[in-house]
Amino acid sequence: MSAGVVAPVRRPLIEGHKTYHQITEDLCSPTEKAPTRAWVIAFIISASVLAFGLFCIVWTIWMGIGSWGANRTIGWAYDITNFVWWIGIGHAGTLISAILLLFRQRWRTGVNRAAEAMTIFAVICAAMFPLIHVGRIWVVFYFFPYPNTRGSLWPNFNSPLLWDVFAISTYFSVSLLFWYTGLVPDFASIRNRATGLRKKIYNGLSFGWTGSAKHWQRWESLSLVLAGLSTPLVLSVHTIVSFDFATSVIPGWHTTIFPPYFVAGAIFSGFAMVQTLMVITRKILKLEEYITLEHIESMNKVILVTGTIVGVAYLTELFIAWYSGYVYEQFAFFNRAMGVYWWSYFGMMTCNVISPQIFWVKKFRRSVLITFIMSIFVNIGMWFERFVIIATTLARDYLPSSWSYYKPTWVEIGIFIGTIGLFFTLYMIFTRVAPVVAIAEVKHILKVGGDQYIGENATHSHSNDLDHSHSKSHSDHGHH
Amino acid sequence: MRKYNVDVVYGLYDDEEKLLHAIRKAKNNHLEIFDVYTPFPVHGMDQALGLSESRLHIAGFVYGALGTLTGFLGMTWIFTRDWPIIFGGKPYWSVPAFIPITFEMTVLFAAWGMTITFYTICGLWPGVENPQVDLRTTDDKFCLAFDTNEVSVSDAKSFFSDSGAEEVNTKSI
Repeated sequence: MSAGVVAPVRRPLIEGHKTYHQITEDLCSPTEKAPTRAWVIAFIISASVLAFGLFCIVWTIWMGIGSWGANRTIGWAYDITNFVWWIGIGHAGTLISAILLLFRQRWRTGVNRAAEAMTIFAVICAAMFPLIHVGRIWVVFYFFPYPNTRGSLWPNFNSPLLWDVFAISTYFSVSLLFWYTGLVPDFASIRNRATGLRKKIYNGLSFGWTGSAKHWQRWESLSLVLAGLSTPLVLSVHTIVSFDFATSVIPGWHTTIFPPYFVAGAIFSGFAMVQTLMVITRKILKLEEYITLEHIESMNKVILVTGTIVGVAYLTELFIAWYSGYVYEQFAFFNRAMGVYWWSYFGMMTCNVISPQIFWVKKFRRSVLITFIMSIFVNIGMWFERFVIIATTLARDYLPSSWSYYKPTWVEIGIFIGTIGLFFTLYMIFTRVAPVVAIAEVKHILKVGGDQYIGENATHSHSNDLDHSHSKSHSDHGHH
Repeated sequence: MRKYNVDVVYGLYDDEEKLLHAIRKAKNNHLEIFDVYTPFPVHGMDQALGLSESRLHIAGFVYGALGTLTGFLGMTWIFTRDWPIIFGGKPYWSVPAFIPITFEMTVLFAAWGMTITFYTICGLWPGVENPQVDLRTTDDKFCLAFDTNEVSVSDAKSFFSDSGAEEVNTKSI
């Protein structure tokens, strides 16, 4: 009944002939054991990197923005690059959990939990940059329209920068709700295995979940509507981020292709970061039977598609610049490819467009090592993309007398590295506290995704038509 | 700890198909089901139990509409009545520029409103300890419970043994 129809071409998503109890055991146990030595060492490293980042942030606020390499020509540089990079990474989680839910892609269950967590942490990292860049962070609440004693003086609702404030805060809070609501039943699973203080803590986290039929019904209804809301939301967020550039009148930024191009790039980089994390997580937490090669291959296909879309966007931009007959536009793009920052354009093209093409080959899509290396490549390439758009364009503006060059200072590099430390610190805490794979959702797809039911190792006889009969014939299975 | 003050007799099944089968059987025998507890959402259970469709999505629509109005009318009032300012020579009431924030407010209100409603009507909240019939229902057991005031323990026991329950217990919750 929970099954539905499984096409014979589908391959298993859960390996190792799991029973429901085994799934609970495998997915809860990482939160129940003492951390491994590798985890402790990695945690100390990322926390130290985070501490250095915090030092650099305090340095910036104490000394002023003059401690950065930004100058009068290039007012937006490193931190906006990093902001857009992190926001882009933060798109894969919602894409996996919302859009793939609406499309009924069952492989999402293996990776959605970790990807959503990654989204939330990436948005936190992204938010650091504009918060620092506003200069006087202690009055940052001026961004929000609240009745105040200054008039009331309101923010400018026509400004894409304010749209960004709304888009990102909405995105962050809605992703958090979606993620947490999914976690509630799984926290209850952990609670019911725990004793003492641990039980109390997890009861608090699980909100007193019991798994009653009506609650599940409402939970599914809520998840579906939140997915429906998150789908346009995730597309709107990077669209609005691209408006920061597209609504300006700077050649190279003032283009209508930006929204779809930014969204494709965001999905591209987000999936790459999911791959980076998943390849490590499945190895360290021994989740290879839940995050299978099937999952990795599916994500590599998404990377191939979105990478190619991004490539088409790059070429379209070049073509339109030439075809427009507008010299400033033509110069902006010539300058990107051939100007002072040619190396970042080269890095962007190589990492984002050319290298993902190896995923046309199935062997590479299913290779964990190649996937890991490629995911790092894509992350670097997408960082270069933002740098190309921002720094290269500003470095050569209308007046040759104000042409300039930008180099980040150690403070800016420190803040960037610090956000990477923040990201990994949060992610590592998450792997200790919550199940990295959604327990209830994996159990839900066991009978259509488990390798004892489908695929070549299936031990249960299988009819290829409607599997009502199939589920019934296995009703003696379950657990022993 | 919250209490329902109900004595339940419950059977545990090891598979959702057996549970669905038992629910249908209980319905046919006119046995009043107290509640069903499962480790994951079992599809087909709502129909088997005769649960009415959740109206949560209707609430979501209302919250969303409220967000749309708050965002759009709020900006309209601010920019045409409270403090009109000309930006870039555009009209005070520049509707296209209000669309992004109106959209975000719609999503924000709908998502928060629905989520808060969900937790409130389910009685789920941090610090709440809802009584649990059996701890294994969040692991691998599918539990069907009768209120002993509605169904006698002996009737329930014979029903559970006929429908293939692994285990039958009673509990006050």
